Amino acid sequence: MNLRRLIAIAYKETLQIWRDPRSLAIALLMPLMQMGLLGYGVSLDIKRVPLCVYDQERSQLSREVVDRFTASHWFQPVAVLDTDRALRAAMDRSTCIAALVIPVDFSRTLFTTGQAGLQTVFDATDTNTTNVAIGYAQGITAQLNADLDARWQAAHGDKAQTIGTINLSPRVWFNEGLDSRNFIVPGVVAVILALVGSQLTSLTVSREWERGTMEQLISTPVTALELMFGKLTPYFALGLLDAAFCLSVAAFWFNVPFRGSLFTLIVTTALFGLVVLGIGYLLSVRIHNQLGASQIALMLTMLPTTLLSGYTFPLDQMPEAVRVISWVIPARYYVTILRAVFLKGSSLGELVVPVLALAVYAAIIIRLAARAFKKSLD
Amino acid sequence: MTGAPPVVQARGLTKRFGDFVAVDALDLDIAKGEVVGFIGPNGAGKSTTIRMFCGLLRPSAGTATVAGFDVARQPEAVRAHIGYMSQKFSLYGDLTVSENLRFFGGIYRVPRAELKERMDFAITMAGLTGREDALVRTLAGGWKQRLALGCAILHRPPVLFLDEPTSGVEPKARRRFWDLIHSLAGDGVTILVTTHYMDEAEYCNRIALIDGGHLVAIGSPGELRRHDLGGVLVELEGTPLGAALAVLRRAPGVIEAAIFGDKLHVLVAPVADPATLPPLLAAHGIAAGSPQLITPSLEDVFVRIVSHRRAQEAA
Repeated sequence: MNLRRLIAIAYKETLQIWRDPRSLAIALLMPLMQMGLLGYGVSLDIKRVPLCVYDQERSQLSREVVDRFTASHWFQPVAVLDTDRALRAAMDRSTCIAALVIPVDFSRTLFTTGQAGLQTVFDATDTNTTNVAIGYAQGITAQLNADLDARWQAAHGDKAQTIGTINLSPRVWFNEGLDSRNFIVPGVVAVILALVGSQLTSLTVSREWERGTMEQLISTPVTALELMFGKLTPYFALGLLDAAFCLSVAAFWFNVPFRGSLFTLIVTTALFGLVVLGIGYLLSVRIHNQLGASQIALMLTMLPTTLLSGYTFPLDQMPEAVRVISWVIPARYYVTILRAVFLKGSSLGELVVPVLALAVYAAIIIRLAARAFKKSLD
Repeated sequence: MTGAPPVVQARGLTKRFGDFVAVDALDLDIAKGEVVGFIGPNGAGKSTTIRMFCGLLRPSAGTATVAGFDVARQPEAVRAHIGYMSQKFSLYGDLTVSENLRFFGGIYRVPRAELKERMDFAITMAGLTGREDALVRTLAGGWKQRLALGCAILHRPPVLFLDEPTSGVEPKARRRFWDLIHSLAGDGVTILVTTHYMDEAEYCNRIALIDGGHLVAIGSPGELRRHDLGGVLVELEGTPLGAALAVLRRAPGVIEAAIFGDKLHVLVAPVADPATLPPLLAAHGIAAGSPQLITPSLEDVFVRIVSHRRAQEAA
C-alpha cells in the first residue's frame, strides 16, 4: 500500500464530498434532522397533562390536594370521577393520561397515623410523558408536605413534631417496564450513526462506476487497499464529526448523564464507525449503481438496527431465535457500549465483550470489502 | 525499428462474453513509436481489444503483452506502463482541471519535484492555460478530451491506448488532437487509437480494420488504398438514389454498390462494361449520369473488405 496514492484518493474524495450536495446533506442534515425529531419526540417541557380527579373523601384537605394539582400548569383537569369504573373507562378512552385518586379515609389516616397514601394513575403508553408527569406529581406532593408541616408548626409552636407525611404512590398502567429517556437517547445515537455511516459510503464507489470514472481509475496501478482506505479516510472523519455532534446533543441537550471516560467513548465510536462505513463501502463495491447501493444500505441498516439493536425494544423480551439474529447487528453492541459508558461509566475493560465483537466485525467487513473490489470490467 | 521486439503484441487474442465472440483470435504487432488506428463498425471489438491490452478485461484465450508484460499475468506492471483514455469521458467533472491532474499525478506517483512542470506541460498542451481552476464539467468537448490525454500521459507512459478519443469533438479540435498524438509518437510513445472517422485513419502510420471481432486488414493507408478490389470502381449519379442502388445491386457484372454522399460507388467486374449501367437504370425509370472511373478511397476499400468477408462468412 502506497501512502501517496492513498492521500491522493482521500484528497480527491474530500473535494468531491465538499462539492456534492447529496453527500453533505446525508452527513450534516440527516443527523441534525433525526436528533431534532427525537427532541420533539421526547419533548422536555410537557405541560397541561390531562388529569382526571377521583376524590373519594371530599374533605377540606382532599380539596386542597386537588387544588394544588389543578392549579399547577403541569396538569389540566379534564374530568371529575366518582367510581372506579369511571376511572377505568376514562383511562381506556384516553380521556386523561393521569388520574389523581384520593382514598376515602385520606385525611383521617394522615391525622391518626402520620402517614397517608395518595394515588396517581398514569397511562404509560407514552413513557416519556409519564415519566415527566410523575416527576411533577412528586414535586407537588413534596411542596404540599412542606406547607402542611409549616402550618402545623405555626399553629402549635412545636418544632419537633410534624403533621405527618403524605406518600405519593404512582401507579403505572399499560407499560410496567418504563424506559427512561436516558436509556433511549444513547441508542438513538447508535441508530443514526449506523444509518448515516452506511449511507455515506454506499455512494462512493458506485458513483465512480456510474459516471465511468472507475474505468479510468482501474487502468492505473492503484490497489484495492489504497482505494478503500483512501476513500474511507474522509468519510471516517465525517462520521466522527457526526458522532461528536449526536453525542453532544445527547449529553448537553437531552442531559443524559455522562459518567464514563471520553477515551472509551472515542475508541468504541471509532470502531463502530469503521464497521458501518465498511458495510456501506462493501455494498458500494458490489453494486455498481448509486441508487441500488444506497437503497440496500438503507434496508440493511434501518429496520434491523431499529428493531434488533435493543435501542428501544428490549432484546431480553424477544424470542430466542430473534435474539440470535441480533448478534449480527453491529449497532446492538454499540448501543450496549454507549449506555454503559454514559450511565454506568464503564471502562474499556468492563466492555471487553461488545468491544471485541465490534473489532471482529470491523476486521471481517474491511477484509470482505478489500477482497470484493476487482480491478476488472469482466 | 526492425529487430526491436514489438511494444504491443497479441497472439490469438480472444474474448468471449457468453456465446458471443467479441474478439476472435486477433494477432497484432505494434512497434515502438508507431501510431496504429483501429477502424471498424460499432461492436466490431475495438474497445474490447483495447480493454484487454489495458488489463481491464481478461482474455478468454490467447496472449497479449504490452511493454513486455503479459496482460493476464502481470496486469499491474502493464498498468504502470500505459496511459488509457476510455471511450466515455472519465475524468472527475466535479474537480477542477488542476485537481484532476494532481490526482492522477498522485495515483501514478509522478515525482513531486517534476509534478508542477508536467502539470504545466499538460495544461499548455491541452490549451487550458488560464482555466486551471475551472470545474472540468464546465469545459467543452475538445478541451475535456485534451485534458484526458494530459492526465493519461502525466506519468510519461511508453504506450498509450486511446479509445475513440475524438468522438463528439468538433473537427478543428480533432485536428489539434491528432497533432498532439503525432508529437507524442515523435517522442517514441507507441499509440493505439480507435476511431469512427475515416479521415482520421489517414493520420495513422498503420490502420487495422476490425470487423466482427476479426482483424480483416492491416497496413499503411497507402498500402490499403492499393488493395485489389477485384474490379473497377466507378462513380455515378442516379435519382432517386435508393431505387438506383437496389437496381444496381441486382445488375449483372456489378460486384457491389454503395451510396457515398449524393452519388453511388459501383464496383464493376473487370469483364463487364460500366457503360451499360445508365441504360439499365433508365429502363427502370431512373435518371442516371455517365459513370466516372475513380481511385478507391480508404472507405471504398473498407466497405469492400468488410462486405467480402461477410459474404464469405455467410457462405
